[in-house]
Amino acid sequence: MDRFSWSNGLLEINETLVIQQRGVRLYDGDDKAKLDVGVALLSTHRLIWRDVKNHECCIAMPLSQIILFEEQAAGIGKSAKIVIHLQETSVNKEPGPYQNSKYSFIKLSFKEHGQIEFHRRLTEEMTQKRWENTPVSQPISAGTSSQAGRTRAVGIVGIERKIEEKRKETDKNICEAFEDLSKLMVKAKEMVELSRSIANKIKDKQGDISEDESYLLSMGIANPVTRETYGTGTHYHMQLAKQLGDMLQAPLEERGGMMALTEVYCLVNRARGMELLSPEDLVNACKMFESLKLPLRLRVFDSGVMVVQLQSHSEEEMIASALDNVTDKGSLTAEEFAKLLGLSVLLSKERLLLAEKVGHLCRDDSVEGLRFYPNLFSTA
Amino acid sequence: MSFEWPWQYNFPPFFTLQPNADTRQKQLAAWCSLALSYCRHHKLYTLDVMEAQESPVFNNKKIERKLSMEAIQVVFEELRKKGNLEWLDKNKSRCLVMWRRPEEWGKLIYQWVSKNGMVNSVFTLYELANGDDTEGEEFHSLEEWMLLRSLQALQTDGKAEIITMDDGKGVKFF
Repeated sequence: MDRFSWSNGLLEINETLVIQQRGVRLYDGDDKAKLDVGVALLSTHRLIWRDVKNHECCIAMPLSQIILFEEQAAGIGKSAKIVIHLQETSVNKEPGPYQNSKYSFIKLSFKEHGQIEFHRRLTEEMTQKRWENTPVSQPISAGTSSQAGRTRAVGIVGIERKIEEKRKETDKNICEAFEDLSKLMVKAKEMVELSRSIANKIKDKQGDISEDESYLLSMGIANPVTRETYGTGTHYHMQLAKQLGDMLQAPLEERGGMMALTEVYCLVNRARGMELLSPEDLVNACKMFESLKLPLRLRVFDSGVMVVQLQSHSEEEMIASALDNVTDKGSLTAEEFAKLLGLSVLLSKERLLLAEKVGHLCRDDSVEGLRFYPNLFSTA
Repeated sequence: MSFEWPWQYNFPPFFTLQPNADTRQKQLAAWCSLALSYCRHHKLYTLDVMEAQESPVFNNKKIERKLSMEAIQVVFEELRKKGNLEWLDKNKSRCLVMWRRPEEWGKLIYQWVSKNGMVNSVFTLYELANGDDTEGEEFHSLEEWMLLRSLQALQTDGKAEIITMDDGKGVKFF
């Protein structure tokens, strides 16, 4: 009986059922097995026995284990039996109802007859040895981990297994997808290296390239300050402020010492490429200019417009230039002033308003628009 | 003699209320002075705000600028604060303009009276404003309400007394 192992009672892919017979009791050698009466099933590969009431209780044994078998006729008060002699237990046998047995044979006792037909079929199978021609891929077992058992699972367990399988598949896919991304990141690093080397080459032979292009290349930040490298909060903003201080110097000088924060935002993010800054981080970093003693300042105009300006860019100079320009032309609108200075309209208007605030200019607000004049009220 | 406009009248920002407090103060001072001298030149004593906007004072057709209604109200309010203007109704649509305050008028009248040695004499109000003697004086043809105010100012100073007579009012100077 120790040759039997627990089974789920399901047939494998290449296995076919040959015959089944009700009312069969198993004997371990000469002793009655501690199992009830059940159904004996003969397949092309196995001898299976299943309890009548409790279908979970099911055991199986490969036909290859059978050496020979014989009929035992029925007697008075005795059912007809088939005695089956078996090989030695294989070493890695799946667990079964008997761990070991002193007998090397079992008996099938047919309470409800059918032994003649069963014997005939068993003889056929043993001569044909169909299990050899079409072996099942996995050892026949009751283990739930078996691949074959899983594919054929039915009911709630089957559904659960399918869900589990799908989940694993998805997991695998996601892993693969991210693997691709990390590969891309590696490539990105290479690209940065490449652009840097190109930039260096261009530096070496300046003049071969147009001013615009060299300007664009010079804008790239090789090692952008990121949250990954500098963590969150103040420290990050401080480092960011320092980097901004370095990179904004030149563009600010070019633009007359002042840039709107929106323009700064665009410029910085264009330069950073992949490691984009949030507007909030930019503002927070700009607020640090003063405490870090950088030559830049964040300035908020009365209108709420925020600009970054060079510290050297003094207010007095700005006002004086606004007054000079207006006096020179007699009167100016913000648009005209912007054209004159090459500034944005927004910023030139801020300058005019500033000059008005200190009393150097006055306004003429008519249908033609807002126009600024020298403040003759004060001088007259 | 035609009215002589101040330089501000041709300066476009004059017609925009200036946001800068200092500038606005100077601008309003210029407006007050212009409004008063204009009224004085044309001997205007009452003004209608709606009409005022269309009058040449607040509407410079040459430079195509006119003072907005709100700005006119601000100017009038400024005049009222200085004592040169009084509203005639709650809606502030009509006002009395006193390009000379009552005390100033009173002073002028009293000067004329004492110059002509007529202290302690009695005059009717009609005589003072429309009489032959005052012809050529600045207070000649002064509106009666204004004249009365001037004399009341003098009375407060103890230089005159207003007397009620049969056919109107009279005044005695001291």
